[in-house]
Amino acid sequence: MNALVPLVVTIPLLGAAIALIFGHRPRIQIAISSLALTAVTIISAVLLVWVDTHGTVVVNVGAWQPPWGIVLVVDRLSAIMLLVSALMLLGVLIFSIGQGVADNHDETPVSIFHPTYLVLAAGLFDAFVAGDLFNMYVGFEMLLAASYVLLTLGGTGARIRAGVTYIVISLMSSLLFLASIALIYGATGTVTIALIAERVRDLPPDVQLILCCALLLGFAVKAAVFPVSFWLPDSYPTAPAPVTAVFAGLLTKVGVYAIIRTDTVLFTDVPLAVPLMIVAFFTLLIGIFGALAQADIKRLLSFTLVSHIGYMIFGIAVGSELGMTATIYYVVHHIIVQTTLFLAIGLVERIGGTASISRLGGMLKASPFVAILFFIGAMNLGGIPPFSGFLGKVGLFQAGVQLNDPLAWILIGAGAATSLLTLYALMRVWNMGFWRRKDEVKNYESPLIQSLAENPDDAGEIDRKHTPRLMIAATTGMVLLSLSLTVFAGPLFDLANRAAVANENHSNYVDAVFPGGVE
Amino acid sequence: MTASLTLVVLMAVMYGTGIYVMLERSLTRLLIGFLLVGNATNILIFLMSGPSGSAPIVTGTAADENMVDPVPQVLMLTAIVINFGVVAFILALVYRSWWLAQLGDEGDTLTDEHAGETEASTEAAFAAVDEDDLAIQQVLDASNEHGDTDSDSGPIEDDPEAREKERR
Repeated sequence: MNALVPLVVTIPLLGAAIALIFGHRPRIQIAISSLALTAVTIISAVLLVWVDTHGTVVVNVGAWQPPWGIVLVVDRLSAIMLLVSALMLLGVLIFSIGQGVADNHDETPVSIFHPTYLVLAAGLFDAFVAGDLFNMYVGFEMLLAASYVLLTLGGTGARIRAGVTYIVISLMSSLLFLASIALIYGATGTVTIALIAERVRDLPPDVQLILCCALLLGFAVKAAVFPVSFWLPDSYPTAPAPVTAVFAGLLTKVGVYAIIRTDTVLFTDVPLAVPLMIVAFFTLLIGIFGALAQADIKRLLSFTLVSHIGYMIFGIAVGSELGMTATIYYVVHHIIVQTTLFLAIGLVERIGGTASISRLGGMLKASPFVAILFFIGAMNLGGIPPFSGFLGKVGLFQAGVQLNDPLAWILIGAGAATSLLTLYALMRVWNMGFWRRKDEVKNYESPLIQSLAENPDDAGEIDRKHTPRLMIAATTGMVLLSLSLTVFAGPLFDLANRAAVANENHSNYVDAVFPGGVE
Repeated sequence: MTASLTLVVLMAVMYGTGIYVMLERSLTRLLIGFLLVGNATNILIFLMSGPSGSAPIVTGTAADENMVDPVPQVLMLTAIVINFGVVAFILALVYRSWWLAQLGDEGDTLTDEHAGETEASTEAAFAAVDEDDLAIQQVLDASNEHGDTDSDSGPIEDDPEAREKERR
């Protein structure tokens, strides 16, 4: 079983290399990247089942023992993240293949798209299985470098403009992460997460606090948490639809994953509940207020993305077993739903010719099936029962109630308000873009679409393009996956609970890496 | 832990100037700023290895007492490589944005010079390159046979004015 763990990183990297060699043969590239991601999906599924029954898998790369060598750790949380992200990457890959074939690879030029996409996948998986901070940094850098290329794909003016913001912010957060690793190494003399967790306890509390905050700030930028979230809605929407979908679904969640690890394994003694709750409060509300003012659906969804990160931060702040369980469930739900919604909007843009709700109309008639796909995703994100968004939020709110702290009650109120406002924003999209008749669009006046901010980089009416079945099939598959979160909510919640319990007691993690005890 | 004051001051100055330069809008300054801040971080990692000592190579049976900690050096090397890759990407970005700034809106619509090339034509182009190489090789061989006596007045060394005209 140990041999499978490094494969989740090496298969995509090898695939990227081979795909680069076959740069001028799109069919072979498509076959390679689909194969690589399918293989990783199967491996992650096997790993999840194995880890759930047999406990954490620890691999000492090159048989070097932990304090000296690189250690890869797959516990339930990592395995869940691996499986979900592999499924998402595969789904979006199929979507992009459909789009590429239909557009003759205009938006996603195969020769660089496929290798870069696979490098992104490798970096993502590496960050999830990393058992030492520096390896996690390398994983982050791999996925960020790939994301720079994907975001500026084609090098148009708008993408370069948006890309520069994103790249500068990401570079600064990476350097901050690196600097905090240096400081942590200086304080503890190691970069292995399990060993840091043991040694950090002996440090004075103020040093612990500084190290923890430096690390969290770096991760918060990546997760787009409130004071450092403003880069996200400006940079994501300009990329091609499949790229935006992957970024929205997965890139911020790596940050959330790293925050969970920092809070539950690395720095368990630092009292972070109150600051995290305050940050979560502002993330929730400011994000969603931003969403209400947007006319461009992609920008609107980017703002809801920022806003809903607040739920996960709230869950981490609560920190109880139920809170962590709900957070893990919510992360899974949010990855799938955001990715699906961005794909659905990609379809809407192709069929309707615009993604701005002030110009979009008649989508329900133009393509009822796509309308249904969007509607299910929107209901899910808005938290309407019986969808998974509702279940996740109920879990979070229950955990907040159990805490019985005035701040937690305020957070529950903010969470409920955010949920309703999300629903309002998405229903406005539905009313304007899908229900409004096409001939009503000109000279339409309604309080609903007054004072909306258009996308500054809006290209205006774009050409309506043929939408191949493969794109719709990929989106449908993702919607079905998001529905399965509701159908299998019981077993999934149990699994998330087991992951949370294992995470709750940080010594589980340390014992797994050092079975003979730390010297 | 002791650290060299010179390095600490150097690191602080590099961080300060780097971040100050990065705050400018120009992309070239961003690049310079990133280089400064990135290397300041490398120095920070280096500082964590403590005071200087002997090289961390075990020659005998046991480790030397004065040996410096090798791990920060390893981390630094990795960080340098990563920064190098990122700098290469920023350079490409700077070039592309300069290109777009020169051409304005036209830059976006400029067609790819390779657009419309099929696999066969790419291979044909490669074949043509091979033929060129062959031709050049033949010319070189021929010139070698003539000897080096008239190398100053060969076809390569024309008078500079004529070349300038040709370029225009």
